[in-house]
Amino acid sequence: MSAHTEHGHGHHDHDEHDSHDHGSFKSYMLGFILAVILTAIPFWLVMGNVIPKSSTLGVVLLVFAAMQMVVHVVYFLHLNARSENGWNMLAFIFTGTLLFIVMSGSLWVMYHLNHNMMPGMMDTTGEGMKPGDGQHDMKNMPAMHDMKNMEQ
Amino acid sequence: MSDLTTSNAGTLPSTHYYVREHHPENGTLLGFWLYLMSDCLIFACLFATYAVLGRNYAGGPTGAEIFELPIVGLNTSLLLFSSITYGFAMLEMYKKNVGTTMLWLAITGLFGAGFIYFELSEFVHLISIGAGPQRSGFLTSFFALVGTHGLHVSFGIIWLITLMFQVKKHGLTAANKRRLMCLSLFWHFLDLIWIGVFTFVYLMGVLA
Repeated sequence: MSAHTEHGHGHHDHDEHDSHDHGSFKSYMLGFILAVILTAIPFWLVMGNVIPKSSTLGVVLLVFAAMQMVVHVVYFLHLNARSENGWNMLAFIFTGTLLFIVMSGSLWVMYHLNHNMMPGMMDTTGEGMKPGDGQHDMKNMPAMHDMKNMEQ
Repeated sequence: MSDLTTSNAGTLPSTHYYVREHHPENGTLLGFWLYLMSDCLIFACLFATYAVLGRNYAGGPTGAEIFELPIVGLNTSLLLFSSITYGFAMLEMYKKNVGTTMLWLAITGLFGAGFIYFELSEFVHLISIGAGPQRSGFLTSFFALVGTHGLHVSFGIIWLITLMFQVKKHGLTAANKRRLMCLSLFWHFLDLIWIGVFTFVYLMGVLA
């Protein structure tokens, strides 16, 4: 196994995990330096107020986080397609898929949750409607007019 | 059947031993990886909760008002340093140096303890100014997510201290090496989660 000869530590055959790549001083330091850079830039961007538009800044921050996560997975967790005959990678990809579904699904559903709600019920979300707004919103909702007529 | 028993006792003990020894060891690391992936899903749920509730301030304090980025930056660097020092401990373990392995493990534990100290003092401060988990949906999800991560780190430190005693008593045996490798995965995984926390909760939380 090339990874083993590379680091040059002798051991018994059954003592170690041949399919497990455990990195070298060089790879750990490279990962560390990359991680420091990818951490420092987002903090600098936010604390120095470099990008004034917060939506753009948010996307940039997420991109940096994603890049740093890849660095950690490769250089610290030593994940590759070979370890454990690829089962590590398979489980990782599966988890990533589930994670994407949970995150995007939650946001998608919850973002649309307040649509088609009666104005009175929307107060409970905490986003809040100002007291005067009720009348205005009702005009745009035919269903509400129908309900008012029924009450009269 | 008698063939098997004679071969067990006589001619082929080493091959038999090799097979029995090798497979469970690989299985442990794969199994631990699967545990980490399921742990990852717990954090995914907590992140999703924060994503949904993170802006529901209920008239209470916002992220921009209560987050202190210098402290968060300090915590981030503490965890990052603990990651690299754990990496050094692993490298020393492969070189079979018990003393330096223990030294790097101790340094890793101190970095982890520093992280927990600053996180707890942040929590105490927030609760003391009335921004506890019961204040708003934002703070509930904040404490749930960051607190769960902090709990993981705390248990990681307990595990690390336990392993230091194990290594001190029994040396770098195959079992102890396997345990150190599992903790290595756990520790680096927690640093990975923290990337999501400091980006998604703190940095994006202070944005308007």
